Amino acid sequence: MTDIAESHAPMARSLKYPAILGGLAALLGVAFVVSLATGAVPISVGDVVRSLFGMEVDQRTAAVIQMIRLPRSVLAVIVGAALAGSGAAFQGLFRNPLADPSLIGVSGGAALGAVVIIVFGNAVAAAVPFFASPLLLPFAAFAGGLAATFAIQGLAQSRGQSATATLLLAGIAINALTWALTGIAIYMANDSQIRDFTFWSIGSLASGGWREVSLVAVPIIGALAVIVGRARALDAMLLGEREALHLGVPVHVLKHVVMIAAALAVSSAVAVSGVIAFVGIVVPHVVRMLAGPDHRIVLPGSILAGATLLLAADSFARVIVAPSELPIGIVTAAVGSPFFLWLLTRRKRSM
Amino acid sequence: MIRATDITVLAGRKRLLDGVSVSVTPGRITALIGPNGAGKSTLISVLAGERRPDEGDIFFENTRIDTRSALDIARRRAVLLQESSLDFAFTAEEVIELGRLPFAGTEAQFDDRAAVAAAARMTGVDRFRARSYQTLSGGEKQRIQFARAIAQIWRDRQGTDRSPRYLLLDEPTSALDLRHQRMVLDVARALADEGVGVIAAIHDLNLASAYADDAVLLRGGRLVASGPVESVMTEAELGACFEVEVEILTRENGQRAILV
Repeated sequence: MTDIAESHAPMARSLKYPAILGGLAALLGVAFVVSLATGAVPISVGDVVRSLFGMEVDQRTAAVIQMIRLPRSVLAVIVGAALAGSGAAFQGLFRNPLADPSLIGVSGGAALGAVVIIVFGNAVAAAVPFFASPLLLPFAAFAGGLAATFAIQGLAQSRGQSATATLLLAGIAINALTWALTGIAIYMANDSQIRDFTFWSIGSLASGGWREVSLVAVPIIGALAVIVGRARALDAMLLGEREALHLGVPVHVLKHVVMIAAALAVSSAVAVSGVIAFVGIVVPHVVRMLAGPDHRIVLPGSILAGATLLLAADSFARVIVAPSELPIGIVTAAVGSPFFLWLLTRRKRSM
Repeated sequence: MIRATDITVLAGRKRLLDGVSVSVTPGRITALIGPNGAGKSTLISVLAGERRPDEGDIFFENTRIDTRSALDIARRRAVLLQESSLDFAFTAEEVIELGRLPFAGTEAQFDDRAAVAAAARMTGVDRFRARSYQTLSGGEKQRIQFARAIAQIWRDRQGTDRSPRYLLLDEPTSALDLRHQRMVLDVARALADEGVGVIAAIHDLNLASAYADDAVLLRGGRLVASGPVESVMTEAELGACFEVEVEILTRENGQRAILV
């Protein structure tokens, strides 16, 4: 076999992937600094950078950055990474580029879990040790998200295939069910709980503080690490479940590991920010258009770009109707739903 | 050797396979022939360790296949399925590269590029390996999937690993024109001559009789006959199996033509 040296494409890729990831990381850095400079109190980019590196800035500026904007921006990064990364994972797992966590009902399931705790939390909290009560809501969200994930997997897949129409219809059904149950909870809620609920349903980072960050950072980073580690196996899954098995992928184990990790990431995001739709479909799609469908680039690329998109959307949401602010879910839905429609029309023939 | 003994596969009350025994032998091509619904694809998926039979055992090199990991098997056995849909825009070459997945993190991964290049050359897909898989014709896609299977079992001739490899093909020529049908079987022949054990479900009887060493005749899930091609693919056996009149002409050079 003498023609070994003639293969050229992989060479190009070994430069292309780091270049794309480097570019996305740089973009994330810029978006992060800009988001810290953006808000009701104007702060210069210079002051933001000085503050970040521990240099002297005036006290009021330092307080705004450290206590208000920094935790919120960090939360935007984590939530954006979780939504886009798990979106890419679901799409690979279901072999379907339209599988968005909010469309297939995973976010709705998590939100239902959260709402149950908001409304009935006091009763439940009495039944658990006091130190566990702050974790009730994230756990309930995870339980709801995981249940929805397994439901969609059972409903939409037959013999390892999931037709787009079936997947989306099953998503509609699960969303309808979670909404109905959520509605029952709302019916029994009081006024302040209903205000809380409005926040869940639209999605917002407004309550983001260090407490929220500390609550979800570990599960989200852990879940995303697990998913990124399965990149090549997910590539094989794109060929088909049987094909993946014949390539040595333990398909059954892989599916469960990735579903649980992705559900954990989405549920954690929902627990602190409500349902922020369409990030999970828009971001991986853009990364695929840039770099191709290889999960070794799609997963880390989506994580970086998802964080960037959510930072940008949150900055926008904070300034567009200042001094008030728009819930971020409205911004992502306004961008995401036309994008989704465009994807659907492009794929109409293959539905 | 991959050996299946007394395999029975049930689907509800229907017997997809009924007490079938067959083996895939290194260095030989076994043709799996029979009418539609004979159980050819089921038998391939059973031999691949994908489908667990209701009765009977599969042995991969004398150990039961269900005691070995999918990865362990995948390093020595490639499967080409009848139909593969791919909704994501991989290039043709990236699809072939996926054939090397079982070797990630092993010494053999240093052969990845050589394997992909060799597979692309053997299957004649070099010309469109950079194109998006989705834009290829049905026949081109099938050739790329075939190349992926070849890349999976390709091995450096100078290497030290001499353990047998296997290639399981389910209708590998269904979407191909005449020239490429022969290409697929030429490649299978070349691999068999290097010691690879090949089993292929083939519809074209002439193709089967021209390339295969052994033939397995299935009908309605039952084994009708198996053995060397000349003794199995006879006018009587084929006629009874397919329920058509069959005439076999033999040229002076030994080449056989099966007329239906």
